[in-house]
Amino acid sequence: MSTCTDNWEQVEAAAKMVLGEPIVDFIEQASAKPHPESQLIAVLHEVQSRFGYLAETHLDAVAQLMQVPAAKVVGVAGFYHFFRLKPRGKFMINVCIGTACYVKGAERIAQKIIEELGITWGETSKNGVFTLEGARCLGTCGLAPVVMIDDEIHGEVTPDQVPALLEKYLKKARE
Amino acid sequence: MTTKVVEQYEALANRAEEILRQRATADKIRIQVGSATCEHAAGSRDVLDEFRKHLAAAGRDDILLHQTGCTGRCSREPIVGVMVPGQMPVKYERVDRQLAHEIFTQHVLQGRPVLEHVLDGPVERLARHEILICGSVRCGWKGPRPFQEVLAEKLSAAGLANEDVHVVRAHCFGACNAKEAGHFSHLMIQPDRVLYRVKDEAELDEIIREHLVGGRPVERLRMPGKTIGGNFLELYGDVAFFNRQSRVALRHNGVIDPESIEEYFHYHGFRALAKVLEKNDPRWVIDEITRSKLRGRGGGGYPTGLKWKMGNEAFSPGVHAGKGTFSPGVHAGKGTFSPGVHAGKGAADRTRYLICNADEGDPGAFMDRSMLESDPLNVVEGMIIGGFAIGASQGFFYVRAEYPMAIRRIERAIELCRQWGLLGKNILGSGFDFDLEIRLGAGAFVCGEETALIHSIEGERGQPRVRPPYPTEKGLWGKPTVINNVETFANVTAVVNYGAKWFARIGSEKSGGTKVFALAGKVQHTGLVEVPMGTTLRTVVEEIGGGVAGGRKLKAIQTGGPAGGCIPAEWIDLPVDFDSLMKAGSIMGSGGMIILDEDDCMVDIAKYFMTFSQDESCGKCTPCREGTTRMLEILERITSGGGTPEDLDKLKRLGLLMKRASLCGLGRAAANPILSTLEHYSDEYEAHVVERRCPAHKCKALIHYEIDPEKCVGCTVCARNCPVTCISGERKEPHLIDQSHCIKCGRCFEVCRFEAVKRM
Ligand SMILES: Cc1cc2nc3c(=O)[nH]c(=O)nc-3n(C[C@H](O)[C@H](O)[C@H](O)COP(=O)(O)O)c2cc1C
Ligand code: SF4
Ligand code: SF4
Ligand code: SF4
Ligand code: FES
Repeated sequence: MSTCTDNWEQVEAAAKMVLGEPIVDFIEQASAKPHPESQLIAVLHEVQSRFGYLAETHLDAVAQLMQVPAAKVVGVAGFYHFFRLKPRGKFMINVCIGTACYVKGAERIAQKIIEELGITWGETSKNGVFTLEGARCLGTCGLAPVVMIDDEIHGEVTPDQVPALLEKYLKKARE
Repeated sequence: MTTKVVEQYEALANRAEEILRQRATADKIRIQVGSATCEHAAGSRDVLDEFRKHLAAAGRDDILLHQTGCTGRCSREPIVGVMVPGQMPVKYERVDRQLAHEIFTQHVLQGRPVLEHVLDGPVERLARHEILICGSVRCGWKGPRPFQEVLAEKLSAAGLANEDVHVVRAHCFGACNAKEAGHFSHLMIQPDRVLYRVKDEAELDEIIREHLVGGRPVERLRMPGKTIGGNFLELYGDVAFFNRQSRVALRHNGVIDPESIEEYFHYHGFRALAKVLEKNDPRWVIDEITRSKLRGRGGGGYPTGLKWKMGNEAFSPGVHAGKGTFSPGVHAGKGTFSPGVHAGKGAADRTRYLICNADEGDPGAFMDRSMLESDPLNVVEGMIIGGFAIGASQGFFYVRAEYPMAIRRIERAIELCRQWGLLGKNILGSGFDFDLEIRLGAGAFVCGEETALIHSIEGERGQPRVRPPYPTEKGLWGKPTVINNVETFANVTAVVNYGAKWFARIGSEKSGGTKVFALAGKVQHTGLVEVPMGTTLRTVVEEIGGGVAGGRKLKAIQTGGPAGGCIPAEWIDLPVDFDSLMKAGSIMGSGGMIILDEDDCMVDIAKYFMTFSQDESCGKCTPCREGTTRMLEILERITSGGGTPEDLDKLKRLGLLMKRASLCGLGRAAANPILSTLEHYSDEYEAHVVERRCPAHKCKALIHYEIDPEKCVGCTVCARNCPVTCISGERKEPHLIDQSHCIKCGRCFEVCRFEAVKRM
């Protein structure tokens, strides 16, 4: 790795601290492959799946360890919808607003969730349990309207089912 | 030729068979449970768990739990199949733990199928035999009377009443070839899995007498081998939703275990690859694909053979030797594969890449996901063949991050292929090297566009660039690159195994093969429908999809997602292929098909797609960035009651401008949903801007709710459900809505059981 910075060792150590060992390993493996810079998106996926979102410090550290300009890392992270730049709640609620779900009343499901939680798109509930986001088709259009909470997909949801559904996860969060 | 390839292939195939034999799957009772994103969403993991428990408790080793992907019958999942040797396979719908328990104790242990829960049932009893007849009008027997009529008559004459033998008319089996068409009919007898080809009544008599009555199959009339959809039909042929389809790309969905390479071998997996590597001639593959009339399934419909040819012929800038000469110079001789060695001065750089576009961006399409989750090895095999054809040694899967299970299944498939020597160096001893890598998208629709996708793989922001140069000349890292869609690759093995002629014949004049549609929206049976190119919308939506759900009226069929348009209900007899849909003002796109009914407002749908495109525009060029924003503003104005007739002209002008001036396909097509609805549903737009009325009662600002005092019985349900308590009235007295406070949530309309609340 190039050491154009005087205090590179400190910078490197700090970056490694921020990201933690598994991600540092991942970056090192990626750097050994042809076209290492092309692994940026894969690295950001790793960081997000570990920390739940991409903080500025994460992005900085990635830029340092991958030796790409910080502006590029920030630009890429900001370009793709999948990357979250703010912390998330314990559970991610993804209401599908793809076409099939839309025509089957996804808006009303979303409205109900918004009412119940008192938050809107992109926000996290005060108790830190839920973050609400919209998804563009989860590939289960046959079961529309669909709501995904973390990895679990709930199909043919009606507004009336929403309170019980949220309660189930609240209970999990309390455990 | 290189018999070594064949030898190696056969060794692998035998090894797979041996492993399967050790599991002795043939004579066991099989319980088949689907495992795919949709199946899991519907609860199939609980069902599997329940069966596991029962199986452990029963302590029987003659019962096997078998995992498959999804069949594409979304609205009836989880689907469970119970296959008892020698009996008709039984499929159950919407299985939960309780039903799994019943299926196990009643059907599996005691041999009594749970008839009330049979897929598309309930049925009164299961037939002993089922005869599937090919219902294609193009081929098939041309006797004086229809085949089905003759068959029915003969069956009753033989004393085989309906309960014994159940006749099902299916669609094309794909068993005819051009020469024989019109002279034969095909029928499959189940559960014996025997496919017959008959030419006259005498042969039919013989089959009825010998096979159905006597129980001895007539070997002489039996078709050798199996038709492409044969395995699928054997399991699902009795179900109307399935037997009217022609499964080619989806032929293994719901049949094989997507994580078992042995099973994939069993269904002739890698035979196409072996054939290709044995011939050892990229030109042959390219010619075969060209003759098959396979066109890209990603939306554009570009001829795949031509794209591969360009990919093969292209040379990296600056190093090409001799322009336009077709030089599969990669194969300098038998078994020696020498990339980089090319006739000409010095060593030309023959680096090139192959990419599978699995970004599936249309928000309403899920066929690619289903193929990747249910039959990933077929896509991988198609890619290896593609890599050989263009002379690439590295390929990429670009998959959207929103499909975690598809990603896992591809990872597994790649791993298995490496273990079995089907990816990596010297594949099947042919000298051909090829490997695959997965790259994840990150939720940007525009990354489905080729040049944006390439930027994304390179680790950049996924913004398109001007074409030409096309990726086939200058693509990934500046090297020639061929990009194809998942479904395109899924068809490649079928073309190689069954022949280009056969494939071309299935489709329409200019496009060979089938197309998979993801049928969703207001249709009764949602799911995946694979039909020959040129099949009418009526067949897809009404015959297979069962028409609009809930007895409502069909209004329009939306195809092509945000780049497509709406086809009015009157055009239901339109045959669907790339060209006909284009003429109708829409596009095929990736095959998303959303059914809209009378409750859908076409202006609202147009606005929905414009919201999507505006959100997804990458912002690089002005016509798209500004155009989508302006159009969305206008559509919002119209749906909220502030539109004017001039707005309609503005929409049209802006739309046409974007079509001409945008840099990439996203901007060029973004106006399609608006232009097509403006054309076919101008009256609806006019109602919004002139009368300030939404005929479908969808646009909130243009409707209100009233209670009909004649019908209201004063049950108070609406008042108790109104979120802003703006409904007043005494118990048993007509109620009244305070319009100044009503937020038009529609709750009262939904809960009133006396149809007293009116939406106007
Ligand atoms: C905005 C946009 C989005 C696209 N999304 C996809 C997609 O999700 N999947 C896909 O296969 N093709 C998509 N395409 C088409 C691809 O650019 C490309 O034409 C296709 O993958 C080529 O493969 P084919 O020839 O096999 O169809 C998209 C095109 C545009 C302009
Ligand atoms: S047309 Fe739209 S998506 Fe395409 S490059 Fe221009 S701004 Fe980006
Ligand atoms: S629910 Fe219907 S019947 Fe009952 S009070 Fe309301 S409007 Fe009247
Ligand atoms: S539409 Fe909603 S807000 Fe209006 S009266 Fe009915 S329930 Fe109340
Ligand atoms: S539109 Fe919601 S899952 Fe596809």
